[in-house]
Amino acid sequence: MSGEHGELPIAARVRRLEERLIAAGLATDEELDEILERVFTSASPVNGARMVARSWKDPDYRDRLLADGNAAAAELGFGAGTRGYLLKAVENTPDVHNMIVCTLCSCYPTALLGPSPSWYKSFAYRSRAVREPRAVLAEFGLELPDSTEIRVWDANSETRYLVLPLRAEGADEMDESELASLVTRNGLIGTAIR
Amino acid sequence: MTKFAAGSRVRAQVADPDGHTRLPRYARGHTGEVVEVRAAWQLPDEAVRGVFRAEPVYAVRFNAAELWGSGSHSVILDLWESYLEEAP
Repeated sequence: MSGEHGELPIAARVRRLEERLIAAGLATDEELDEILERVFTSASPVNGARMVARSWKDPDYRDRLLADGNAAAAELGFGAGTRGYLLKAVENTPDVHNMIVCTLCSCYPTALLGPSPSWYKSFAYRSRAVREPRAVLAEFGLELPDSTEIRVWDANSETRYLVLPLRAEGADEMDESELASLVTRNGLIGTAIR
Repeated sequence: MTKFAAGSRVRAQVADPDGHTRLPRYARGHTGEVVEVRAAWQLPDEAVRGVFRAEPVYAVRFNAAELWGSGSHSVILDLWESYLEEAP
């Protein structure tokens, strides 16, 4: 990896790890640079929000997204960032609310949601989301009716999830960019209504 | 042909393996239902030792009451075939 990283111990550790990977022939300097470049310049919840807005506007796109998340991401130009894992979109309905966690690590589709928030990586969220999701959601300010079924998707490196939030009211009168601006990163994780 | 299919009742293995695994402790010994058959992926328990063998992975849905003794939600988790046995 090119560039200056200062003298932080973590920088030295990362550099040693990179050297081992490159020496073992598992990656090249250029490949690592390209991944970092992509994360820092293009990974953003704006991308996931665009997919959600398109789904709200175009029922055929929604169907394609639910059937094959990777292909639907590629349609909007996010194919490179979602390569190497199965992207699965899970749709919220008035009766079912989905939320994402990665109990073993912190996997999620970074290209579509941006770098993960620190709480997503915390032991508290990772252990409580599967145990008491309703209480966790309430702490995020999302109070769901008792009748709403909650599904918690425990992600991993191979399968990563994107929540398709409930369609915004008045969506018919709004264009796609207006709709996309209503969707937050928490909405894409399932810790907000949208 | 995979060992299990959508709708299969499966139980996650109870044993705590010596090394790396992707079977979280909270699911061990619990019974759930296969909701989707994923592709065949390398078994992480072996890949970490340099042995690369793909096997089918299943998305398994566990009810909270089964996992924790209470709660009405469900948890869906990907599990490799060798983590699972037919539910008794």
